[in-house]
Amino acid sequence: MIQNRKKMRLLRIVILVIGALWVWASAPPPGSITEGKIPAPQKGFLAPNFTLENLDGGKVTLSDYRGQAVLINLWATWCPPCRAEMPDMQEAFEMNQERGFVILAINATNQDHLSAVDNFVKDHNLTFPILLDSKGEVSQLYQLRSLPTSFFVDTEGIIQDVIVGGPMSGALLRTRIENLLPEKP
Amino acid sequence: MLPILQIGPLAIQTPGLFLLLGIWLGLNLAERLAPNFKVDANIIYNLVFFTLIAGILGARLGYALQSWEAFKTSPLSLISLNPGLLDPVSGLASGLVAAIIYGNRKSLSLWPTLDSLTPLFAVFAIGVALSNFASGNAFGMETKLPWGIDLWSAKRHPTQIYNALIAILILWKIYPKGKEGDPDHKLRGTTFLEFLSLSAGARLFIEAFRGDSTLFLGLRSAQVLAWVILAISMWKLSSLDSEAANG
Repeated sequence: MIQNRKKMRLLRIVILVIGALWVWASAPPPGSITEGKIPAPQKGFLAPNFTLENLDGGKVTLSDYRGQAVLINLWATWCPPCRAEMPDMQEAFEMNQERGFVILAINATNQDHLSAVDNFVKDHNLTFPILLDSKGEVSQLYQLRSLPTSFFVDTEGIIQDVIVGGPMSGALLRTRIENLLPEKP
Repeated sequence: MLPILQIGPLAIQTPGLFLLLGIWLGLNLAERLAPNFKVDANIIYNLVFFTLIAGILGARLGYALQSWEAFKTSPLSLISLNPGLLDPVSGLASGLVAAIIYGNRKSLSLWPTLDSLTPLFAVFAIGVALSNFASGNAFGMETKLPWGIDLWSAKRHPTQIYNALIAILILWKIYPKGKEGDPDHKLRGTTFLEFLSLSAGARLFIEAFRGDSTLFLGLRSAQVLAWVILAISMWKLSSLDSEAANG
């Protein structure tokens, strides 16, 4: 019995020593942790770049906004939660625009109607850029599976948070934007 | 990766579904096995129920207090369904306090209660691994191994699957069976401490293949924490052995 207990104690010490060696041996070499280095639509990765047309026909490229905090919001006019979160988004945009915050609202135009988008934007007095994903390329690039989906991108172009589904509440929007903007108002 | 399960007009968030399933199935199993640990199944159900409710309320209140400026202008956000408005530390603390208060009122003994909750923890660990697999979180490092999975622009270690498989093995190990099903066969607390040490050991091992580890002095912080938990749980197992040997 005592012999068994001694064996068990020795085994546990050996396990702890091997565990400590494993922690040391498996420490990641510099640069092996992939966060922020390659583009992927996931928290901690570089936001994949894209260029889309806005409602006026002008071209908008994500990388042009490097240095600003960006909310990329994928939406459609027929999606009730997308519609519900737009007023809070507009308010957040107006409050933080001067602090370097921008919203790129990407309409899934391949599954929407341009006239409906136009009317929706006018009805809700939306002043942030509305981009048209006519071929669904950005939806595919961002692996869109549910509308709305929002990506909060920091000034370095790194995705800090992904919100799938909605509507996002006003408080959620405000806290996420504050996390992206280092300076307080 | 399958973050959304679309059934007609209904879009179900699969990561959340796996977590809920983990709690539900785990709680059912814990209730069924509670007599093995000489604990009343109803008490286990109530304990988990109050802990969860207190945990969720505490997590939301904790988040709101930390971001009061954001909630001041839209107080209705306090009852928002957004899971992003929860603070895990506040939730854990308030859940723990509720569990302690309930346990004291019902005069529950610590070790048999923890033993009887272990099946819930073990099934929930499987749910967490599957939830991460569905969402693509807790992803692995890049690999050229044939079982690597395409995720986030690279072929990666399927760390979520490693976790799920090991969690199933741990559930099998702690499941009362044969002679061990006899409540007097095992020392009080052994089931929980075995689960804790096995889970810590598993995390210590699998974390080495993760591609999103947080670092602490150049080491993976989750591994350091897992090693400490492993050491404490094995030390406690040793002292239980000694207590038993000394009568």
